[in-house]
This record gives sequence, structure tokens and C-alpha cells, in this order.
Amino acid sequence: MGVTQTARETEWASWLRLSMEGDAQAYHRFLMALSPYLRSIARQRCFAYGAPESEAEDIVQEVLLAVHLKRGTWDPERPLGPWLSAIIRNKLIDSLRRKGRRISVGLDEVADGLAAEEPGEISDRLDAEQVLGRLKGPQRDIVRSISIDGASVRDTAGRLGMSEGAVRVALHRALKSLAAIYRGDA
Amino acid sequence: MRTEELIRLMAEDAPGVARLRPAVLSAMAGGAVFSALLLVLTLGLREDMAVMLFSPRVAFKLAATLLLAGLACRLALLAGRPGVALAREARVLLLPALVLGAAVLTELAVLAPGVRMQSLIGAHAGFCLFFIPVLSAVPLAALLAMMRRGAPENPAGAGAVAGLAAGSIAAAIYAWHFTDDSPLFVATWYLLAIALVASAGAAAGVRLLRW
Repeated sequence: MGVTQTARETEWASWLRLSMEGDAQAYHRFLMALSPYLRSIARQRCFAYGAPESEAEDIVQEVLLAVHLKRGTWDPERPLGPWLSAIIRNKLIDSLRRKGRRISVGLDEVADGLAAEEPGEISDRLDAEQVLGRLKGPQRDIVRSISIDGASVRDTAGRLGMSEGAVRVALHRALKSLAAIYRGDA
Repeated sequence: MRTEELIRLMAEDAPGVARLRPAVLSAMAGGAVFSALLLVLTLGLREDMAVMLFSPRVAFKLAATLLLAGLACRLALLAGRPGVALAREARVLLLPALVLGAAVLTELAVLAPGVRMQSLIGAHAGFCLFFIPVLSAVPLAALLAMMRRGAPENPAGAGAVAGLAAGSIAAAIYAWHFTDDSPLFVATWYLLAIALVASAGAAAGVRLLRW
């Protein structure tokens, strides 16, 4: 059951371990590697349950946010696969249930997705301005500066005349808010 | 927002990781210290504790409640972790159950039939049912607050585990004051009080521990 310990899983686990020590580049690599995998699973689910494939990217982003906000629950001493499978399964069920379909996602189906990965182009789903519009003022400026303009936390702090610490706190809150927007809580 | 842009945001937030284990551990330690102080400052320790510590029933009562509290806390540390089979981990609770069962049988064998009922009912059953939940309130609130950082696959189950941990911490503290020492009393009233706290935890977990 579950995702077995593969070379890829070991590599991903090492990136995530580094990221938890603050290595943003390793974390970026981890997330970039994870997203096509999530995309292939999300597309399969959408296909299987008759949802338009265009909804797959919403699911990808929602799972990525859950992985991000809950990564502190992964014990770096344990294998990554079962943890990742459980997060994906939980969020897929959540997301598809919200979209009004009766579904059951098994662990094996999630694991099967590993074998069926395909490269996919990255598209934007939730309208960027619409999402940004729901964030509070400084959070919105910070999100725009980092995500769209590609600035770092330090550059953003300089640009907005804020301390780096304040930018970090606001960024973290903004990501929590984004997750709540996806859940439909906000 | 494009997925790539979202990933850029998350990568910049790499240091913002909220680790579950230290948060839950601090809730347990803080809650236990608070409730121990609450007992000491309101009721105090039992006056003859220095002597009674060595009587088999008191020693058993303290050891059994500590064992349960330790194992329940271990479960509570796992409850917020996705991919951990909580039901399987919960089998360790069979150990205190067996220990308590053996103590009850021993007690029944050594007590004269006439005093069994008296030992079971004890002197402070009502107070036990009241004070163990009181002592568990702060540990439970702290645990639930910190477990919100977790990602439990079963929020009700995780809440029940939090209640079990808080209730057994409270029982292990309560045992230092009260004089109902028979395993018959512990198996009945302590467990009932802990079960009340676990039910409250499950009800709270459904609301608080979804993610």
C-alpha cells in the first residue's frame, strides 16, 4: 500500500528535509518536482469523475498549499511517501467533494499516479487578480511582488519599506489566507 | 494565480515551518505543570503521601495513571501526523488495560466480599468525576490549540486522543491528593472521568481539527 520508497521519493525527502532547515532553493526544487506529479493525479481524478480537466489546476494548487502549510507534520525520520499520500488523498477528497461529486479516492489510486506522470503545461486557474483582491492590503502587495514580479523577501521588504521579518510574517499569513480561499472559508 | 507563481511564494516562505512535535510537547508540559500547581495550591498533596507512597495500592495507582498518561501523550504526538495508522498505534493502550485488569482481579482476590463494594464506591467518587475534568481543562485546551498545526486524517479520533491524554495527565495529578486507592475505584471512577474528557475532546476535534 501507498507510495513505496523509490529513488524519487528519497530525493524529494532530502529536498524537503533541507527546506525545513530553511533552504528555499531545495524547497523550490521539491515543489516544482511535486507539481507535475500532482497534476497527473488531479487530471485522472477529474477525468474519472467527469469534472472538466480545467479544474485540475485548482486541485494542484490546493494540494500544494496543504503540503506547504502542513509540512511541519512530516517527521524527517520517517519515509515521505505515506505522509504525502495521506495529504493528497485528504485534499483530493475534500476538493472533489466540494465540487459536488460522490467519490472515494483509495490509497492505491494515489500511488498509481506515480507511474502515469506526464509533463503538463502550467496554466492559471483561479483568476490572479480575483485571488489577490481577497487578500488584505499589505499581504496583497507582498504576494504580487514575490509571485508576479519574482522579487525575494529582502527585495520586497526594501521596496515596501517594511522589515524582512514583517514581510515573512505577512507572507505566511497570506498563504494561510489563500488556503482558506480555496477551502471556501474566506 | 499561476502554479509557478504560487510555488515561488511558498519557496520564499520556506523558514515559516510550524513544527508539530515541539508545539504538542510544550502544550503537554505546560498543561501538566499548570494542573499540578492547581492541585497543590487548592487542595495540596495528601498529607501522609511520604508514607503511603510505599503502600502497594497507592504505588500502583500512581504508576498506572502515569503509564496511561505517558502512552496517551505518545499517541497525541502521532495523532496530527498524516500517514500514521493511529488505530494500530492505539493498541499500546492494551498494556495499561491489562495491568489494571490484573490489579482488579488481585484486589478482588484479597478483599473480603463485604468490603469490595465499599472499596469500589470509595469516599470521593463524585469529586473524582468533577475534579479530573477540571484538572484536564487547561491541558486539553492547550493540546487542541497546538494540534491545530497538525493534519489529522480523522479529526474526531485525534480530538479523542487529545482528550485521553489530557484526562490521563489530570488523573495522574489527581492521584496525588485523594485517598481512594483501591484498583476497583481507579478502574471505575478514574476511567469514567477520563472517558468524559476524551468524549469532550472528540466533540471539539470535529470542529477544531479539520484542515
